[in-house]
Amino acid sequence: MDFRDTPEEARFREEVRSWLEANLPDELRGHRGGEARFDGPEVRAWSRALYAGGWSGIAWPEEYGGRGLGPRFQAIYLEEEARAEAPPHIGVIGLGMAGPTIIGRGTEAQKARYLQPLLAADEIWCQGFSEPGAGSDLAGVRTSARLDGNRFVLDGQKVWSSYAHIADFCILLARSDPDSQRHAGLTYLIVDMHAPGVEVRPLRQITGEAEFNEIFLSGVEVPVDNVVGDVGGGWDVAMTTLLHERGTLGFALVARLEVQVRKLLALAVERGATPTQRDAIAREWMRFQALRVTAYRSLSALERTGIPGPEGSILKLEWSEANQRVTKLALELLGADAQLLAPNAPYGGYWTIQQLRSRGNTIEAGTSEILRNILAERVLGLPRSR
Amino acid sequence: MDLSFTGLQDELRAQARGFLETSPEPTWADLAELGWTGASVAEEHGGAGLGFLEEAVLHEEAGRALLHAPLWSTSSLAPFLPFEDQAAIAAGDASWVIALGPLVPDLDTAARVAVVGGDTVWELEGAERELLATNDETRPLGVVSGGEATRALSASDVLPSVRTRSLAILALEAVGVGARALELGIAYVAEREQFGRRIGSYQAVAHPLASSHADLELARSLAWWAAWCVAVDDTEAPVAAAAAKADAADAAVLVCERAIQAHGGIGFTWEHVLHRLYKRALGIQAWEASSSQLRAEVADHLLDTA
Repeated sequence: MDFRDTPEEARFREEVRSWLEANLPDELRGHRGGEARFDGPEVRAWSRALYAGGWSGIAWPEEYGGRGLGPRFQAIYLEEEARAEAPPHIGVIGLGMAGPTIIGRGTEAQKARYLQPLLAADEIWCQGFSEPGAGSDLAGVRTSARLDGNRFVLDGQKVWSSYAHIADFCILLARSDPDSQRHAGLTYLIVDMHAPGVEVRPLRQITGEAEFNEIFLSGVEVPVDNVVGDVGGGWDVAMTTLLHERGTLGFALVARLEVQVRKLLALAVERGATPTQRDAIAREWMRFQALRVTAYRSLSALERTGIPGPEGSILKLEWSEANQRVTKLALELLGADAQLLAPNAPYGGYWTIQQLRSRGNTIEAGTSEILRNILAERVLGLPRSR
Repeated sequence: MDLSFTGLQDELRAQARGFLETSPEPTWADLAELGWTGASVAEEHGGAGLGFLEEAVLHEEAGRALLHAPLWSTSSLAPFLPFEDQAAIAAGDASWVIALGPLVPDLDTAARVAVVGGDTVWELEGAERELLATNDETRPLGVVSGGEATRALSASDVLPSVRTRSLAILALEAVGVGARALELGIAYVAEREQFGRRIGSYQAVAHPLASSHADLELARSLAWWAAWCVAVDDTEAPVAAAAAKADAADAAVLVCERAIQAHGGIGFTWEHVLHRLYKRALGIQAWEASSSQLRAEVADHLLDTA
């Protein structure tokens, strides 16, 4: 056990830091996330620069365009990216979810076709899992995929799809057997977002921004070659995707929390804090430290098996609630000023938007209730609730 | 960064768990024979020459088993004692507690008592010991009176380090206490049936236990961070130990309370072990400084250093 970077890790961290220092454009520094993740050509250009610099797919196998380094180097990169407040690669869904799923379950042809453009930010991915009638209960998916010769024809609706409005491809779960129930009869497909019959409508959210979209599918044709895994075996593939979502994003989340806590400390020094507020601040700093150590502890599981374990659910669950508390604490320190929006708000309205956005944290990527079910059933071994 | 346990640490854990399950009330000599009392005493002084991380494994297990022995009090002080005293600890011939306030723990089991006088830590000999009825019977509190400071043990500037070590050990114990309480809760709700179903299938019952698991894993992370800081004498050791003890004590108390609730009436009885775990957790929470006092120290460190 050693909490210090090994010489190799320290060299890598220094390499990331100095590269970010030299290459991150000033206008992208202090990137606030949210809708701005999709803004303008500069984020796309930044993503291409990240690829050229060798920072996309750090832990991916070299044969698929990655650097073939261990997940801990990906983790170090994510920490430094967050600390520099650099915008993430625009292919977040591709890098964290679609890519690992294709590497693990895709055909050689799919790997050859999709992985490199994904890393290079030439093609952007989104995810089509949730539906109006299938949120936490994902097995309730009703979007139909009707086999017609060597293609599937899709009809249905997907929702909560970030990046869909700029995406080129979608990893999508549909019901290929109309007589099937629940987890059976689902198929995992790669859908071309430019195909006829695909319509994307942005959803305006609590912050006033539009990060998510609805996807309407009417008679969309998808070649059978675009099936990932087996026809009818989509549930299993989708679970691989979700494990990656909760596992590998854990580090990015903890790294972002570090930045939030650092800003909170600065705010408290600047504005002053009551003893009760100081207690709450200490609590949140402790939670962040605990989350960071827990993330590194979970790395060893990931490094042993190659697949993130269900304990990754702890990170997402605790991060989401911590981010809600931290942002609310910042509002308390700001008082009535926090009720102002840009351009009159302190820090450009940063905390006001962050606090509202944080309400989504316990809903997206598995609600806290679903994550507690996962912990209860898969980690603690309790009897199933349904 | 490598946060995995070594093979030796895993072996020690298995040995400790197995031993304490079969011998729940070992003597100090038993512990010395296992090499626990001198785990981090140098080999040239008769110890095992291991580090604090190996000792930390033992403290987590000691908490889990509610060990009734002066391992915490001795280990907090041991590295700051003269070498011949460290050798006596390793041999099982001595155990210690330092009396820092009016209430002193482990007076029923610790062989020797240290006190602070002036700028020196002394051995106090010939003092009268009085044990007081204590909530946690496995770690009774008491008072010492009279006696004579006979022998200088160390300069008193070691006291902050003694405190840091003591807090780190308490955090590790608390994690062990909480882990056992959670396991008992899980086992119970996985078997107990009401309304024709095992109660662990009800989310109202299961989710607090899932939260306990998450709380405990985060507390364990802080406890092992603190243990590592102590092991390598990192500059962050004082704040890490304060944070770890506050978090782990609070987590252990909460985890025990949820486990008691999950057990229903049986968890509220004297015959069930849960109340003993709960009382140890409360004792840890109360000792040295409350969680809010420790968080105040953390806040001072974070906000007032500029």
